[in-house]
Formats: sequence, structure tokens, C-alpha cells
Amino acid sequence: MDALLHQVFAGLASGGIYASLALALVMIHNATNHINFAQGEMAMFSTYIAWSLINIGVPYWAAFVATIVISFFAAAAIERILIRPVEKAPVLTVVSVFIGLLLILNSVAGWIYTYTIKSFTSPFPSEPPFGNKFVSSHELGAIAIALFVLVAMYLFFRVTPLGLAMRAAAENPASSRLVGIRVGWMLALGWGFAGAIGAIAGMMIAPLVYLDPNMMAGIMLYAFAGALLGGIDNPWGAVIGGFLMGVLENVVGALIGTELKLTVALVLIIIVLLLRPNGLWGHKVVSRV
Amino acid sequence: MNLHHLKRAIMALFALLALTPSAHAEKKYDPGASDTEIKIGQTMPYSGPASSYGTIGKAEAAYFKMINELGGVNGRKINLISLDDGYTPPKAVEQVRRLVEQDQVLFLWQNLGTPTNSAFHKYVNSKKIPHLFLATGATKWGDPKNFPWTMGGQPTYQAEATIYAKHLLKTKPDAKIAVLYQNDDYGKDYVKGLKDGLKDKAQSMIVAEQGYETAEPSVDSQVIKLQSSGADTFFIFAIPKFAAQTIRKTYDIGWKPVVYVNNVSSAVANVLQPAGLEKSVGLLTAQYFKDSHDPQWANSTDVKQYLDFMKKHHPDGDPKDSNNAYGFMQANLLVHVLKACGDNLTRENILKQATSLKNLELPMLLPGIKINTSADDYFIIEQLQMARFDGKEWRLFGELLDY
Repeated sequence: MDALLHQVFAGLASGGIYASLALALVMIHNATNHINFAQGEMAMFSTYIAWSLINIGVPYWAAFVATIVISFFAAAAIERILIRPVEKAPVLTVVSVFIGLLLILNSVAGWIYTYTIKSFTSPFPSEPPFGNKFVSSHELGAIAIALFVLVAMYLFFRVTPLGLAMRAAAENPASSRLVGIRVGWMLALGWGFAGAIGAIAGMMIAPLVYLDPNMMAGIMLYAFAGALLGGIDNPWGAVIGGFLMGVLENVVGALIGTELKLTVALVLIIIVLLLRPNGLWGHKVVSRV
Repeated sequence: MNLHHLKRAIMALFALLALTPSAHAEKKYDPGASDTEIKIGQTMPYSGPASSYGTIGKAEAAYFKMINELGGVNGRKINLISLDDGYTPPKAVEQVRRLVEQDQVLFLWQNLGTPTNSAFHKYVNSKKIPHLFLATGATKWGDPKNFPWTMGGQPTYQAEATIYAKHLLKTKPDAKIAVLYQNDDYGKDYVKGLKDGLKDKAQSMIVAEQGYETAEPSVDSQVIKLQSSGADTFFIFAIPKFAAQTIRKTYDIGWKPVVYVNNVSSAVANVLQPAGLEKSVGLLTAQYFKDSHDPQWANSTDVKQYLDFMKKHHPDGDPKDSNNAYGFMQANLLVHVLKACGDNLTRENILKQATSLKNLELPMLLPGIKINTSADDYFIIEQLQMARFDGKEWRLFGELLDY
């Protein structure tokens, strides 16, 4: 029982990782209707920026904020320069651009920072809270920050005029333009916010799995699965999906065996998606023809 | 042409042959070799998941550039054509075919990776191209009966694990063992070696085994499961990133077994520092070459040579990265083999020289390790020494162990 409880906590900790990256996916999906395959690599690159800043002596939280700001502008710039020209192109073209971006960011990071793993500072105390052995302070802190980002994002899309304008621009660009929304800039903003959320995710993930150019490869897979399971257009769904993924894979691994843990988790997701194609908490897409 | 004319022609031919300098007649070349050049082919993971090893190829190219600047080997420049295979077997096949058929290299050397080399293992043997000193520790590279042209370049993973088993049987014969391994050829070779070494006690001593996939973000779940098995001895057969995670997690959950970590994942800079030096105290491993920033070797000539080489010829590489030291050692070994070939640069002779190394000592190898090969022994390094981490550096102990 103790061991199972331990597995559940470890699952929640990795679920927090998946959830925070899944949030960035939801952000970009809600703002642009795209799924960005390069999201993980963008987050990885942001984390390297933070690492460089910390290494030259910038205090952690200053580096944290600076990285978020830099990532925001860098991601918006990527949208303007790379995604803009293929805006009207078929989906496959856009996917190719995303994959190209993924490869470029991965190689450039390797070229600049080498592939040797680096440890990344955690802002949280190194001793586990309340003397427990199940969950470290950093894991708890990362979960708290993921939840904080979730609430902020929810409120942003729900109650701010800018959030509403962004959702409108993604869902119906033509009508949005007619009511005076600058659709192009809304898309760039969406990318910027996704880049910033990704940066936070990266800085929370790196202390757990170590920083290297390939750090996001596996995590993206789970984040995708989590986001799709919960509903890619619903931040709450994506976060719950991420946590579910984390717990599911650990418990399945503990009960059935680690060799099947990813398989079983993915099979469950396929079953869910067959029954509910928009995810557990996703909205049905209805379009008038 | 009548007989008389023919006789004359033959005589003229002999006269001509007699005039040519005799040294010329001794020179023998296969494709890829000439009076001025020796062309060597290689594939490396310069991109993709194993790209941290790419620096090996860069260090080797830098070493040959240095040798060429000093006049080359027996007057010939070494031309290393090192291509990227992204650690993917299909791409490795394509690149090796290109090296053999288009670039016409004399031989292949130091190709990295078990899955990649497996993909063209048969092809190069059917073409009779030497496929030497591969940068992988799989046991299958030492099979002269079936694959006479292929030779591994480092102690095998199985042999390394067998040495751990021997050490454990001697120091803790009633140990309860937990094993974490990478779920592929690499990890499974270690597990096999461990079981072979424990012999009939393997069944009773190993109480838990857990595999992991490289696509997994973390191995925390496996470590927790292994802890709950009640084991008091823990073998980590992983690549650096996962080894670092495991060492840290083991410490953090308050599990205190005797921990053996495989040589590939024992570097201080790559693994123990990220894991936390205080969390690594007491780890055991087996070593065969020197850690360049270990103070105990600070005054040895080969380490000085290596550091000097890194500074002058491979300034982009990190001298602390053991992969660079490995490349330095391998390039050294190859230059030795090529020197021994003299002017007979046929594929057959290269294989012959590579398989007749006697008591060769190489820079960066631990003192006492000698390289011996023969026509039926394709394993170049067969000695390792146990080491324990004291919180700052690896401390070698005991004698060199053979297997």
C-alpha cells in the first residue's frame, strides 16, 4: 500500500510536468487553432536562456521573469517570421514548418550548449516538506505553479477583452476582422503567451529531468496525450488529462509491469477518444455549413 | 606477331621492371590508399538522441589533423570521412554504402552505436571491408568465425557486468539485488553479463528487475518499485541522464543500497555532478581509462598530452567530457595500427595488423592495461579495475580484473 501510494505521488509529480506543457499546447491551440509540435523544443530553448542567465550570476527569480519576457517576444517573432507566410497554406505545410522548427531549435541548442546534461537550479528548498518521503519540495512547487498558470489562463480567456478577442480571432478570423480585431496580432500574441507558458514549464521540468537538448522529446508525447485526453481546447481538461497520464502510467507500471506502461496508457486514451472524440472535457466543434 | 617478337617483347618488359625502384614493388594498395593518402570512413550520431557522443568523431578528426600537420603516417595523410547517421539504422546503412561505394574508403573505423552497426554488419563483411574498433560495447562485435572483418573497440558490457558480479560474490555473497536497465540491446547485455557472472546464484540473488524506455521522461517510478522489493544492492545499467536521475532518486527516497553504476554512466561531470556529489558517495564502478580531471593523474604525461591536445587542436570540446579522451585514445590506437601496416595498405593487412596487437599500452588507459588481440581474439581491452566514489573523485581499488 505504501509503495502504491508512493507511485501515485510520483505520478502526480510527473503529471504536473505534463500538465504544464499541455497548457502551452492549449494556449496555442485556442489562439491559432494549430497544434505546435515545436512547443517542447521552444520550452527547452527558453530553459537554456534561463540557465545562461543564472550562470552569469543573475538571481533566480530575476532570470525567471527575464526568461518569460524573452520567450514571449521570441515566440511572437517566430509567428511573425515563420508561421505568417504559411498562414493560408494547407495543414500539412504548417505541420512541416512546425517539425522543421523543432529540428532547428534542437540542433541549435546542441550546437550552442552541447548535449551534456546540465543540472538546473530549483527555486524551492532541497529538503522535502513536512519530512515526507513521497514528494519533494520542487515537485510540489511545480504542481502549484502549473495550477497557478492554469487559473491565470482560464481567467484571461474568460474575463479579459483581449482573451475574448484572441478566441474570436482563432475561431472565426473573417468575422473578427469585421468587428475590428487585428487578427494577425492576435495570433502573434497567442504564440507569445504560449512561448511564455512553455518557458515556465521548462524551468519547472529541468530540475527534475536535467537540462539537455532532448529533454522534451519524451515529455511532449505525454503532454500531447494528456491534452488530447482532457480536451485540447480546455485548459482545465488538459491539466487534469496531464495528471491522469502521470498517475495512470505509474500505477499501470507498478501493477502490470513497466514494459507495458506507455502502451496501456495510450490504449486507454484511444478508447476514450473513440467514445469522446473531443476529449473528456473538450467542447464539441460545431460548424455551420 | 611471331614467337621471336614475343620473346623480345617479354625481355623488354623484364628490363623495364628491373629499372623501376625496388621499393615501389613492395607497396600494395587497396581502394582508398595511395602514396599520399589513407581514406577512412565513419558514421557518428552528430544529430539525434545520441548526439552527445558526436564529440568523439570531432576529437578523432582533430587528432588526425594534428598527425597530418606533423607529416602523416609513413608519409601519408589520414583522410577521415565522418558522416552523420543521426543514430538511426537506415541512415547508417545509406551512409556506409556511400562511404564504401562512392568515396571508396579503405576501411571503416569507430562507427558508433549498437543498432547502427548491426544494420550494416553483414554488408561490410560480405564486401570484406575492415570494420574496426567500433564505438559500442556489444559482445557480438567479437565473432571472428562468422564476422571476420568486424572488431569492437571497448570492453564489452557483458564483461563489465561479469566483473561486478565477481566483485559482489566476493564482498557480499548473500546480497539481494535490484536491477534497473535500459530496455534494449545495450541494457540487456549488462543484465546477461550479471547473470552469467552470478551463475546459479542469479535466480536467488536478483529479487527485482525493472526496464525503462529512453522515451520516458523519468525513471522515478521504477526506482520506487525497486526499493519496495527490499533489495540491498542496486545495479544501474543506464545512459548518463537516467543514471543521474536514479542516483538522485535513490538518495532522496532514503534507500541506501550498495550501488553499482555502469562505466558509461560514471563520469563525474556528466552524471555525478548533476545527480549531486554528496548523493553519489560510495558508488561503485569499473574503469579502464583515466578521468582527465582527476587529481591523481594530474602529473602523468599522457593526461598532460591529452589536455594539451584538447587546448590546441580541439578547443570547442570539453576536456572533462570523457568522450573526448576516448576519441583521443582510439585515434592513437589507429595510428599505431596504420604505422604497423607500413606500405602494405591492403584491407587484408590492415585486419591482420589490427588482430596482432601485442601488449600495447595506450595513453589515457589505466596503468597496466595492455591491448592484446589475435586472429581468434577480437576483444581489444579485457581488463578493468573497480573504483569507489569518495565524494570528489573515483578511487581505484583492488587489482586489474580480467574476464
